[in-house]
Amino acid sequence: MKSHHRRKGFGISLYIVLLMLPIYWLLNMSFKTNQEILSSLTFWPQNFTLHNYQVIFTDPSWYSGYINSTIYVSINVVITLLVALPAAYAFSRYKFVGDKHLFFWLLSNRMAPPAVFLLPFFQLYSSIGLFDTHIAVALAHCLFNVPLAVWILEGFISGVPREYDEMAYIDGYSFPRFFIKIFIPMIRSGIGVTAFFAFMFSWVELLLARTLTSVDAQPISAIMTRTVGASGIDWGVLAAAGVLTIIPGLLVVWFVRNHVATGFALGRV
Amino acid sequence: MRKVPNNRAWWLVLPVFILVAFSALIPLMTVVNYSVQDIFGPNSAYFVGTDWFREVLRNDALQASLGRQVIFSSAVLLIEIPLGIGIALMMPTGGRRASLCLILLAIPLLIPWNVVGTIWQIFGRGDIGLFGWAVNAMGVNYNYTANTLDAWLTVLLMDVWHWTPLVALLCYSGLRAIPEAFYQAAEIDRASRWAVFRYIQLPRLKNVLVIAVLLRFMDSFMIYTEPFVLTGGGPGSSTTFLSQTLTTMAVGQFDIGRAAAFSLVYFLIVLLVSWLFFTAITYPDRDK
Repeated sequence: MKSHHRRKGFGISLYIVLLMLPIYWLLNMSFKTNQEILSSLTFWPQNFTLHNYQVIFTDPSWYSGYINSTIYVSINVVITLLVALPAAYAFSRYKFVGDKHLFFWLLSNRMAPPAVFLLPFFQLYSSIGLFDTHIAVALAHCLFNVPLAVWILEGFISGVPREYDEMAYIDGYSFPRFFIKIFIPMIRSGIGVTAFFAFMFSWVELLLARTLTSVDAQPISAIMTRTVGASGIDWGVLAAAGVLTIIPGLLVVWFVRNHVATGFALGRV
Repeated sequence: MRKVPNNRAWWLVLPVFILVAFSALIPLMTVVNYSVQDIFGPNSAYFVGTDWFREVLRNDALQASLGRQVIFSSAVLLIEIPLGIGIALMMPTGGRRASLCLILLAIPLLIPWNVVGTIWQIFGRGDIGLFGWAVNAMGVNYNYTANTLDAWLTVLLMDVWHWTPLVALLCYSGLRAIPEAFYQAAEIDRASRWAVFRYIQLPRLKNVLVIAVLLRFMDSFMIYTEPFVLTGGGPGSSTTFLSQTLTTMAVGQFDIGRAAAFSLVYFLIVLLVSWLFFTAITYPDRDK
């Protein structure tokens, strides 16, 4: 049994090392000068520099991208949870006219390729004056985040026995009070996992975010591509920008890590 | 779970319905509207019926990118799902090492897709990238910008690197949910490791696997940004997938009618295949 454990430990360590190699390379490049990156292959920076990071932190056209991304992703996560929670509860607890069709129709929107919606989205948000706003990107990302959130939350909610709901009614709780005071704390792992997914898919999406913004709400991922075209490619700054895009995500994972581990325990697993 | 008939539950799903209808139905109707017209400018368009659809279905470039797409998505599922399960089985079961594993595993998922492409663009280069350099040092003549097969394998490897952690994370949380008593019973029965996996772990992973398979299928079928940044669809059109062909058509050539018809066909394919997966994997449940 012991050698089996050691083999497992070796396997997972090897996998993690391989997984981290591209990340190490990105980190390595972010501390190099552009000249060193392009001239030869070095395993660590020969002329260690923080210049690349300095460029990003001092230039508003760079760092505003992080702020924009953070704003629309946060709005998206809040909207997603607010509308998906009651819906997931309804799908899990009640039978109602058209419930199954509605559920599959919702899911089908997760399957819609963003490329399909690029042009109509651009026209829709332009015509109602939301072009280049954070809320436009946040709403557009709801297209794929809300269905996934309903789907995941429905699994968690179905794992909570009905008896809890009934007991709360007998104790005289109104529905909203029961939902907020009793139910939400019970499915908080589910909420953590859902928030993680919503954050992740909104943070990494580029196609819709870039189409719906020009200056004021431009996400960092779009700013990165724009800079590439300008005056050749500044690989060092690009690498530093890439490293910085990982950090907000790491903070989110840090907060939900225990929920991910025990996460689906409450679900239909 | 037994469900109570209650039509007032519609009030609870109404916000979702309105929100998704706004961001899906209106644009979808626009696409349908475009797909039956030939559009020259803002106020000049005429009705062409199903002409675009007929043309799209016969278009060679589209058929070729559809073929590539099917091979790519199949390869992605065949590699990432078993690999993800394997990694989940190897992960530590608790404590600080498990947390560390989870956090490291999540890193590739949190990188914007164009950054993923950029990382691999450099990482794969023979002169300044670790991966390209290492492969060349092993005596393989590797160059993803010139060689079709190399480009393909690089895109595939990038996807496996990027998304296997998602499958692993889902499976890991599924495995954590299996009560200890199941394993104790198996030990008393002297069940082999394979039997434990086949009869305890795999059935209990089913629900997370449904999520993993569907998500991986949908996302790999819509892949755009990463291969676009990495190879630009080349060399030739060897790594041009459906989304890229569509985007070029709609935004690049401004061929709106044809692009709209293509979009609908594309959407229907994804819908149909996802529905097949969904029913196939969840079907045995319906009997109970």
